[in-house]
Amino acid sequence: MELIFEISKTGRSAAVSASDVPAVNIENAVGKKYLRTDLDLPEVAEVDLIRHYTNLSRRNFGVDLGFYPLGSCTMKYNPKVNENVAALPGFTGLHPYATDIFAQGNLQLMYEMQKYLSSIFGMAQFTLQPAAGAHGELTGVMMIKKYFEKKNEKRPLILIPDTAHGTNPASGALCGFDTVTLLSNSEGGVDIEHLKSLMTKDVAGLMLTNPNTLGLFERNIEQVAQIVHGKGGLLYGDGANANAFLGKVRPGDLGFDVIQLNLHKTFSTPHGGGGPGSGPVGVSAKLVDYLPIPRIIKSGNGYKWSEKFPDTIGRVRAFYGNFNVVVKAYTYIRSIGAEGLKHATEMAVLNANYIKEKLKPYFDLPYDRVCMHECVFSGKRQVAESGVHTTDIAKRLIDYGYHPPTIYFPLIVPEAIMIEPTETESKETLDTFCDAMIAIAAEVKENPQRVKDAPLTTPVNRLDEVLAARKPDVCWKKP
Amino acid sequence: MSKPNPTDRLYSRDHEWVIDKGDGTVTIGISDYAQEMLTDIVFVELPPLGKKVAKSDPVAVVESVKSVSDVYAPVSGEVIDVNKKLENTPELINQDAFGEGWIAKMRLSDAGELKSLLNAADYEQFIKEEKH
Amino acid sequence: MDYCPHTPDDIAQMQSAVGIASIHELFVDIPEKFRLHAKLDIPAALSEQETIVAMSDIAGKNKLPQFTLTGAGAYSHFIPAVVGHIVGRSEFYTAYTPYQAEISQGILQAIYEYQTMIAHLTGTEIANASMYDGASAMAEAAVLCAKMSNRTKIIIARSVHPEYRQVVNTYSWANGYTVVETPYASSGQIDLNALQKELDDQVAAVLVQSPNFFGVIEDIAPISEAAHQKGALLVAGFTDGTSLGILKPAGVSGADFVVGEGQSFGNPLNYGGPYLGIFAAQEKFLRRIPGRLVGATIDKNGKRGFVLTLQTREQHIRREKATSNICSNEALCALAAGVYLAALGKNLKRLAELNIYKTQYLKNKLLKIKGWKEIFSAPVYNEFVLRCPDARQVNEKLQASGIIGGYELQKYYPELENTLLFCATEMLSKEDMDRVVAILK
Repeated sequence: MELIFEISKTGRSAAVSASDVPAVNIENAVGKKYLRTDLDLPEVAEVDLIRHYTNLSRRNFGVDLGFYPLGSCTMKYNPKVNENVAALPGFTGLHPYATDIFAQGNLQLMYEMQKYLSSIFGMAQFTLQPAAGAHGELTGVMMIKKYFEKKNEKRPLILIPDTAHGTNPASGALCGFDTVTLLSNSEGGVDIEHLKSLMTKDVAGLMLTNPNTLGLFERNIEQVAQIVHGKGGLLYGDGANANAFLGKVRPGDLGFDVIQLNLHKTFSTPHGGGGPGSGPVGVSAKLVDYLPIPRIIKSGNGYKWSEKFPDTIGRVRAFYGNFNVVVKAYTYIRSIGAEGLKHATEMAVLNANYIKEKLKPYFDLPYDRVCMHECVFSGKRQVAESGVHTTDIAKRLIDYGYHPPTIYFPLIVPEAIMIEPTETESKETLDTFCDAMIAIAAEVKENPQRVKDAPLTTPVNRLDEVLAARKPDVCWKKP
Repeated sequence: MSKPNPTDRLYSRDHEWVIDKGDGTVTIGISDYAQEMLTDIVFVELPPLGKKVAKSDPVAVVESVKSVSDVYAPVSGEVIDVNKKLENTPELINQDAFGEGWIAKMRLSDAGELKSLLNAADYEQFIKEEKH
Repeated sequence: MDYCPHTPDDIAQMQSAVGIASIHELFVDIPEKFRLHAKLDIPAALSEQETIVAMSDIAGKNKLPQFTLTGAGAYSHFIPAVVGHIVGRSEFYTAYTPYQAEISQGILQAIYEYQTMIAHLTGTEIANASMYDGASAMAEAAVLCAKMSNRTKIIIARSVHPEYRQVVNTYSWANGYTVVETPYASSGQIDLNALQKELDDQVAAVLVQSPNFFGVIEDIAPISEAAHQKGALLVAGFTDGTSLGILKPAGVSGADFVVGEGQSFGNPLNYGGPYLGIFAAQEKFLRRIPGRLVGATIDKNGKRGFVLTLQTREQHIRREKATSNICSNEALCALAAGVYLAALGKNLKRLAELNIYKTQYLKNKLLKIKGWKEIFSAPVYNEFVLRCPDARQVNEKLQASGIIGGYELQKYYPELENTLLFCATEMLSKEDMDRVVAILK
């Protein structure tokens, strides 16, 4: 497909309104030295513009097209009522600096969202400011840093399990912490003895994902929390896997001091091809004072913004957060209600265990126990059988009409295949997906080259990533 | 199958090789076994000239599409030359890890350190044991 | 609403396949004492119809103004109809990050085109796939400069957006850097002498904004020279991207990084978010910049295609050695920006000119009111600062007529008593502006 620049032709762009005020000599008003001398943007007629992007969209796979079992991403169905609500002019049209009395609807929504999330997760208070999960992690780790600063305790270390998502150590490092890797035991949980040996007064805390990236609930969570708190540390929860426990257990009750969520995972807002998301952070009473500003407070019968929080870490972005994403998540919570959240969790976990049972005769299952909302297989058997790797299996699944699961993560499982179906998939969808995986397992034995050559049905075949990295071309240049 | 490990040099347990030039300087690189494990190398971050490193300090970085690996100084010393060809053709390490794919030249600060390195036969044995 | 398709029959069959008699057996790993038995304290479920009613009710508690005179980092611009239709296509908005390139060529190509347009607009050679917003983009640029140079001092102009400065402060504190503010001159531009006095060999980066928070256009070339002389890097920010349709971009005047807010390119005001962090840089920083990058390549048949590239910079590979932890960004907002820029094309210049005409008109009309003065002498784009006898009263009068007034600067600039920052975009009609003047006379 051609690039938009390649279909561009001088003189085709849509017109801009005529001016109803007198024209001004730009060179006089601004000064010649401040003016640019060229503006090389595409010029396309509207019909060509629409065709260009519409055709691009048809080369893209979204949840609305098919099953998207990306582990750790919670690709659940994005309800359309959320989209309609978020498009209401009342929500899209206000400037962030509109006086608070003009914005009471927005303020009420955010205030109640904070309340609902606090209730669901068992935390004292939430901030909706971070724009994504990683941003929330950074915010959470900043609050941990501030906590120890206020106590005058020097704690340069943060513990991170070997199953952790890469954003965890990156967030720690961005706050000046040194990360220490905590080993997992043979059941996929925290190695308690290793934790005991690592947990000292130099450690600010442990960043734990629960359930972890193997989809397994930390059975020893009470002991883990005790060990960390026992030495005055804080327990950080990566809430990326919250779809496994809403309505069944609350992180706050388990002893977590701070957690970040991903509204674009657990709370059904669309992923947008890589954002926008939203990463609210919840804290226990210990950390409330450090939340970013501004914060919403009640004022008479309404609400207003306040910056009067002297111990705040400050700001992590301008304005208040990815408000329009929060609107969609709020709408989701209101429409499915308390019962709906719990039912969604139960069906998500049932779906994952169903797939696990159906596929375990065909693919190695490193941890054969009840999983939560996702299950992790290994493609080791297929490598041994015919040199077919997990990446080949993933590409072949594309030919069967599916988006592949997450692959090569977590790092402790070789040739990892992480499948998260979510609750919005029917038994029929899961059955036909499993049939496809089983068919591929058979192909690996009978016709491995077919799998290695996949995908065969897409607009492009496997792309040369080595070339893309050796000779990067990230900006089109006119030939 | 990796190429055989030349006997004209010594090896570290981090898969680097060292050629002693006999004049107080050495040339270093990574072994063919190492480049095989890394797969297609897309970028090499070379050290600045004059950089002083202790044995086992990271002295260069080698990137493939999906991984980043430190190259550790097999001996202590000062970087006196780097293989500039690697800037545009990092694949030289894949093609000829023991020859054209050399990474840097260093001035030794302690020739005694060479004694703790492995010869080709011991390095081969080390690799066999690591594989298990 | 319930989006789970499971019938009781499905559940029974699936439980049987898993070998359990009840759902609760799947949650046995949760310690008994922590299992929730009470219902969550949130309202009961609603039907779709009830949902629309409840949410419309909340939206109705907001009061949309007739128009707004405030910019200050978020701008009211006309969004062409094509934008909404393209970003509303569910193949785009219900997709994940394009890690499986073969089935994501749509978003990958669209972002490659966006990167290209942004690089050109900012006068640089590379732009990433987006950051969270302009403020955090500026903060991440500052952190990157410090990490690359091992220097720990950041100089930021006081004429940079106050919230951007707060974000830079927060990120710098987290990393142990020192931030020093440098003043503006009576022209409204940065005080170059004061900056030169502050510059030393400990400074990693100088951060400026142009047009700055006062709407004033900065002269980037001498700032860049001063910074580079002391081995510091220059990060130039912007808050209204349409300014790039007419103003010389900082990238051609020596800025190492050009960062800013892309909300003006096809994204609604949305009460502050989601917005679009723009991050552009000179070529030499390609392997260090944060954020995702789409690269062009070929498939095994020689066909052109696009992939996420140079991922070794990012957190999922470099982990604690990454210079940023960014993962999900603002891809759909970047898509909107790309469509917007493709729709306007070279007429972005026309749009920017229109903004200037409106701004000059409003400014001159307001200056005719008794007691109103211009306080900065340097040229502006579509925002300007005026002093008046009583800023609070001005806004109250306008508010009473359903108009959002100017931004009161005194909050963050105590020395600028009774001054207001006004913005006039193509969205303000002559009638709107005449009405403002009539109300305030």
